[in-house]
Amino acid sequence: MRKFEKLTSAIVPLNIENIDTDQIIPARFLKATTREGFGENLFRDWRYNGDNTPKADFVLNNPTYSGKVLVAGKNFGCGSSREHAAWAIQDAGFDVVISSFFADIFKGNALNNGLLPIQVSEDFLAAIFAAVDKSHTAQLEVDLEQQTVTIADTGEQSSFEINPYKKSCLINGYDDIDFILNQKDLIEAFEKAR
Amino acid sequence: MSKTLVEKIWDAHVVKSEAGFPDILYIDTHLIHEVTSPQAFDGLRKRGLPVLRPQQTVATADHNVPTLNQLLPIKEELSRYQVDMLTKNCAEFGIELYGLGHPFQGIVHVIGPELGITLPGKTMVCGDSHTSTHGAFGAIAFGIGTSQVEQVFATQCLLQQKPKTMKIEVNGVLGQGVTAKDIILYIISKISAAGGTGYFIEYAGSAIEALSMEARMTICNMSIEMGARGGLIAPDQITFDYIKGREFAPAGEEWDKSLAYWKTLYSDADAQFDSVLTFEAEDIAPMITYGTNPGMGMGIRETIPATQSQPDKEQLSYEKALAYMGFEDETSLIGKPVDYVFIGSCTNSRIEDLREVAEFVKDKHKAENVTVWIVPGSKQVEQQAINEGLDKIFEQAGFQLREPGCSACLGMNEDKIPAGKYCVSTSNRNFEGRQGPDARTLLVSPLTAAAAAVTGKITDVRELLVKA
Repeated sequence: MRKFEKLTSAIVPLNIENIDTDQIIPARFLKATTREGFGENLFRDWRYNGDNTPKADFVLNNPTYSGKVLVAGKNFGCGSSREHAAWAIQDAGFDVVISSFFADIFKGNALNNGLLPIQVSEDFLAAIFAAVDKSHTAQLEVDLEQQTVTIADTGEQSSFEINPYKKSCLINGYDDIDFILNQKDLIEAFEKAR
Repeated sequence: MSKTLVEKIWDAHVVKSEAGFPDILYIDTHLIHEVTSPQAFDGLRKRGLPVLRPQQTVATADHNVPTLNQLLPIKEELSRYQVDMLTKNCAEFGIELYGLGHPFQGIVHVIGPELGITLPGKTMVCGDSHTSTHGAFGAIAFGIGTSQVEQVFATQCLLQQKPKTMKIEVNGVLGQGVTAKDIILYIISKISAAGGTGYFIEYAGSAIEALSMEARMTICNMSIEMGARGGLIAPDQITFDYIKGREFAPAGEEWDKSLAYWKTLYSDADAQFDSVLTFEAEDIAPMITYGTNPGMGMGIRETIPATQSQPDKEQLSYEKALAYMGFEDETSLIGKPVDYVFIGSCTNSRIEDLREVAEFVKDKHKAENVTVWIVPGSKQVEQQAINEGLDKIFEQAGFQLREPGCSACLGMNEDKIPAGKYCVSTSNRNFEGRQGPDARTLLVSPLTAAAAAVTGKITDVRELLVKA
């Protein structure tokens, strides 16, 4: 798995709530049998018209926004368990997603792929949107070790929670399978004892 | 120490619990399908690992299969390839597959229960968020991502944080024309599409206890639509009667032993839940959604809440949802013409759903402006419907009975609702584009869907029922 430590980046703002995984990657694009290439269909139906021409008013089609941090309204990633949603966001070049609330399965899927989901308060989320409103190139600094996210222009900072085990997985690039397989004897003992 | 039902089952499956780490949770049954498994099988190949317990893994093809002419090769190349990959992967890793043409094929959350694979006290997972369905039997069942599918393949375990617990009680007696689907749409409308996130929900109360197993599955199925990964109901005599005699259910001595264990599966009287909510069955009307998440629902005679009545920060998203649906503040949906009626999905495609619809439409005919698709949940449901003559009733009513699969619930196959069209649907999600790009979905019960099919417009089904 990809390692993550620190990041300074511009922001792509998507100030919409309840963004579900069908918006992130519609079901009709889930037919691939590998993990690659989902980025081109990220937010497909918000990004393109029916005739495949880009919708000019969608943020991913606006060249003044770029960066590795996607910032979205609350309850991001609700709906389907499709991990393709995390793959698509990562494949499109994002390393971090920030919201004031994440759906459970999406959050787990993101962490399992080295895509860092950061939950911040409603107020701090509003501060990020305000900063990017003021300047499209506003920078965010993310420090996983310190568990902080900082708006570079204003110095406003927020800490965030992350499970210590998951944090060490991200920093070291381990995954859950490595972790469990090293204790396989426990699984066999559990099965025998039932 | 007194425990909730979730805690009892969870604790019986913990392989290891260590402070600062998620629990290592043992998984009894792993259900898989064609869409979320191929990358997990690839992962195993890259690591050089087998499936640790293939006999605890069951596969079917459902998400991406056609619902007409299923025995012909799949027309669409990518879909065909994905279904073929499942066949190859199952053969290579020694997993039982109920694929197209098999008498047990069907939607993964329909076949588990009907085959007696889903049992009280089990831990069950599947790369599909509606795995919560199986909780109706008093099982811990939840959806997982593909990395976790690979994890269960490799270890038969999951690293998982113990969830918080919520109890939702629904007491009293449901009114005529009000069904399990209305109960769950009502609850979601009250607590929002995120209100259950972080919890496993136990449904209880006299209105829940009175429900059949299939109705209980409808309730647990939609737990994820309020963000809860799992929802469950304590098993009782209704549960045991449903399971007994099914294909893979325990029999003989095994049955007696299992039954004795199952009877211990309830939340202790003084068990503490992290949250408790109570609703009255009498307050629930036939429900319908008007927006683009399942929390945007109302009683069918109510009017759409005004944008102004929403919290400030949410007004933009709310407005966007109503614009997508082509609806306006403070209007009623009654009488609004509909284009499609979809009766199917892991929420409402079981035999009782089909019987309820058939009983209602017997000697009636669909309205001219509506296309009606009935997609049974499994080959067994389809066969049962034919055995009972329901297919004839549907045919006379102008409803098309198709073959089993997820179909227009998510529009992965060719069963898509055209752009701009209104679909009254018994499925579980009304997200933008869920049933096809720019399609507009209104979630309802099978009975309300049948009423819309017959009148061609949104209808309060109670007006068409013979007064009890």
